[in-house]
Amino acid sequence: MRIKEHPILKFERGKTIRFSYNGQELVGYEGETIAAALHAAGIKELSKSAVLHRPRGFFCAIGTCSSCLMVVDGVPNVRVCVERLVEGMVVETQQGRGELGGAV
Amino acid sequence: MERFNICIIGGGPAGLRAAIAAGSAGAGVLLIDENDRLGGQLIKQTHMFFGSEKQDAGTRGIDIAEQLVNKVQGMTNVKVYLRCAALGLYDDKVLTVLHETKYRKIRAEKFIVATGASERMLAFPGNDLPGVYGAGAVQTLMNVYGIVPGQRVLMIGAGNIGLIVSYQLLQAGVEVVAILEGSPYIGGYLVHASKVRRAGVPILTSHTIMQAIGTNAVQAAEICALDSHWARLPGSEKTLEVDTICLAVGLSPLSDLLWQAQCRLTYIAELGGHVAWRDANLCTSEPHIYIAGDVAGVEEASSAMVEGELAGLAAAKSLGLARVDVDTAMSQAREQLIALRAGPVGEKIRTGLALAQMREDEQHA
Repeated sequence: MRIKEHPILKFERGKTIRFSYNGQELVGYEGETIAAALHAAGIKELSKSAVLHRPRGFFCAIGTCSSCLMVVDGVPNVRVCVERLVEGMVVETQQGRGELGGAV
Repeated sequence: MERFNICIIGGGPAGLRAAIAAGSAGAGVLLIDENDRLGGQLIKQTHMFFGSEKQDAGTRGIDIAEQLVNKVQGMTNVKVYLRCAALGLYDDKVLTVLHETKYRKIRAEKFIVATGASERMLAFPGNDLPGVYGAGAVQTLMNVYGIVPGQRVLMIGAGNIGLIVSYQLLQAGVEVVAILEGSPYIGGYLVHASKVRRAGVPILTSHTIMQAIGTNAVQAAEICALDSHWARLPGSEKTLEVDTICLAVGLSPLSDLLWQAQCRLTYIAELGGHVAWRDANLCTSEPHIYIAGDVAGVEEASSAMVEGELAGLAAAKSLGLARVDVDTAMSQAREQLIALRAGPVGEKIRTGLALAQMREDEQHA
């Protein structure tokens, strides 16, 4: 959920950015990370763990903990807590380790 | 291969101040950061800093970041690479990096590693569920992106981060159900504790979390009280309905690069984990590698900035690139560090630092 009023901070949202999440069309703002935009839409589950397929969200928000890896535009293991949203991005829940394609 | 006098890894409070100090001494400086903006974790700190005026007391972290970044960008001899992750640091003074999508090598005479720290995990069943966050992550989500993590939060840890982030959650309109602290004492400053208590948030000392409950995300947390031996008090178990669990159980230095560069490291609990041995100028066992900020021992941003300045000045001086006032500036920085670490609050840091300090006969010339 987005904060509307805050005693100290003003959030100037940039222009809106459309992207898809598991086939569903969502809207975020320029400058946001993928994880932030998904959270604003109430989506906390980002991937399934490699062995037990347990749901995973994000933990550190600094690109260190590897909990938030998703498939973005077909590329697996993208750290969505630090990757900025881009118009038309295709974001998908990552199942386990993910496969690297040919050229990356 | 590009060449610089000094390369600084990490553009947070320590790295920025190191760049300014080294730059002001006339060094050709490269500052790299893996993120797409400078400022490190200052950019989410909406609270005002303590200390004296010299250490930006009374200024909010977000404003300090802006001032430092402006200063760095105004220096023609300081170059900045963003989206540039350090990969390896070698004894022929070459740093390999991934800059955007390009692999490159950078040569510098001295390196200052200011990579900061990362949040610690706490072991309990369900700690991998979506809805369990590091407190700093929640701070980023709220204060940088203006998004709240949930509606009802359980905070684990009553150190400064746990207390400050709880208060910031309240400012963002989120309910903080309780703050748990395993030890019998509140670790953070009383001024922060009083603020959240006045807002009606209970701080439960000698309490811990037993498990996070939920199928696809956190729905509740089971907590219990601890006796004087940190064992569960039978019958004290309680279930709290929360959708967010925030862990503020400390930070660990991000010392991977120092390990790889074969600096001498040692585990010092008081400093948060493995840290490099260093001399009085923050130079490690590898004479071309300096450290500054949380990677040198987890502390406050105020001391990270002063360490950055000291390391920047010292690295420049070691190359013969000294400002006329370098010795005065360095001793002033040392005095500031002593002042920041004074009193009972700094005791842990002082103990830790004494263990990480090289003896005089081990120091570099």
